[in-house]
Amino acid sequence: MAELLALTALEAHQAMVAGELDPGEYADAWRQAAAGDQLNAYLWREGDGDGGAIAIERPSIAPVAVKDIFCTEGVPTTAGSRILEGYRPPYTSTAVRRLLEAGAPVLGKTNMDEFAMGSSNENSAYGPVLNPWDHGRVPGGSSGGSAAVVAGGLAPWAIGTDTGGSIRQPAALCGIVGLKPTYGAISRYGMIAFASSLDQCGPLTRDVSDAALMLAMLQGGDPCDSTSVGLPATPALPDREDLSGLRFGVPGELASDAIEPGVREVFETTLAKIEQLGGEVAEIALPHAEHGISAYYVIAPAEASSNLARYDGVRYGMRAESSGDVIEMYEQTRAQGFGAEVKRRIMLGTYALSSGYYDAYYGQAQKVRTKIATDFATAFADVDFVVTPTSPSVAFKLGEKTDDPLAMYLNDFFTVPMSLAGIPAISIPAGLAEPAGGGPQLPVGFQIAAPAFAEQKLLGAAYALEQGIGFDARPEGVPNG
Amino acid sequence: MIEREQVLHVAKLARLGLSEEEVSTMAGELSGILEHVDRIAALDLDEVEPTTHVVELENVLRADVPHQSLAPEVALAQAPDPVDDAFRVPSPQAEE
Repeated sequence: MAELLALTALEAHQAMVAGELDPGEYADAWRQAAAGDQLNAYLWREGDGDGGAIAIERPSIAPVAVKDIFCTEGVPTTAGSRILEGYRPPYTSTAVRRLLEAGAPVLGKTNMDEFAMGSSNENSAYGPVLNPWDHGRVPGGSSGGSAAVVAGGLAPWAIGTDTGGSIRQPAALCGIVGLKPTYGAISRYGMIAFASSLDQCGPLTRDVSDAALMLAMLQGGDPCDSTSVGLPATPALPDREDLSGLRFGVPGELASDAIEPGVREVFETTLAKIEQLGGEVAEIALPHAEHGISAYYVIAPAEASSNLARYDGVRYGMRAESSGDVIEMYEQTRAQGFGAEVKRRIMLGTYALSSGYYDAYYGQAQKVRTKIATDFATAFADVDFVVTPTSPSVAFKLGEKTDDPLAMYLNDFFTVPMSLAGIPAISIPAGLAEPAGGGPQLPVGFQIAAPAFAEQKLLGAAYALEQGIGFDARPEGVPNG
Repeated sequence: MIEREQVLHVAKLARLGLSEEEVSTMAGELSGILEHVDRIAALDLDEVEPTTHVVELENVLRADVPHQSLAPEVALAQAPDPVDDAFRVPSPQAEE
């Protein structure tokens, strides 16, 4: 069985197409692996039953672990929240439907920060996910469950969502590949909304080729989502061998002291690898990127406060017992159904949108957003890609940052600017580093960002760099191909 | 600095019940976050257009064709308190 689980999703697909691998046997092996979850990474597994509406008869693609933010008809969908406990959506999201139509079964639904708000997965109402490299550390978030199952050998690949880094950061902290595509590349129909001007679906995979294969299945416009436009062409599998003729920009402003020494070392080594592969490394300027966190923590909570108004105990989800009027029922339902971080963001967002504050906060943040997008456009006139560490640190300890919301938000320092600009960015594992406080080495992610809709070029460069780096470390006990 | 009264006002706008303890922690936490966020208030951006959509899109239109929607019983199936073809809620006028 370990031999089957060591295959990448692409290798398994090719073997199934060639008739060398029985799809049923392969899917069963993954079902068994998923059943052994000790990371609290799954909230529902195919083996738990009730998968009728999304079951498929003849799988031909590796089964996918799906973040529990995607609606799946008849199958529990909680978004990591108590307020949606027991909710079984009456329809299936377009992203999942596309996977099913391509022949990829849903292996399970993965744990996540409540409504995708968080960078550590500690905000899930169903308990934190453990990092497969060190069970005392966080897997990152908000797609922590999706990252942990792929890194921990509990799923061949997964999908997640990224609003300010929620695919890339957990991918980095778990030592796998995570891709946030261009805003609008993939339909969001049936993907529970957090911040609508930022949310995007994307793959979490073992390698860049699997990310390309998954993106090819997911991407495309959808009449049910008027913000979806798809990519200019279906992505092909990357095959680039070197980086010659490509320029990689390192933002001078992001050379912050907040980066852990181990992370910085891996980043520098990776820049040297780029040059060895024939690429050029140049310094660029993103003068407004330092304001990304401020703008993001106005825009995202503001949009969340509006999107989450729908959870009122009337049409779906839980309703609190209350003896008062309908307003009291709303207030008590939301008080009992939402966790601390969600409440904090609803408060922050409602405040920022309230009368007298709108221009100073939301309006100003939207202008900062324009400046950040302009900074990237200027940089891309000079370089092909912008590169940064994905996260300023390796995986941190459970509970280490839960008492300081602002410290937690600063985790997103390197991933938020790309989200605000709507551009694609990928995190690939670049090496291992010792945490700042000492201890066994943990994975470090390297982020590459490209202009909007340049996914093909981005995947090509990421693939060539991945081959050059040759990262092949896995958590203990996980089959290695 | 966010005061207790502001927290209560915003919680009311958000229809969010908060415990006494939550009100006091929220005041401190929101103040800390807003202090960081306030750095953008000092930027001179008067001439800058706000971004409302990151990807340039023409207005998206579709044909106005009727289609099958969720059946009423399916739409009501997840409701905490459905009655006949409707969602039942407590009376808007509280009983004293």
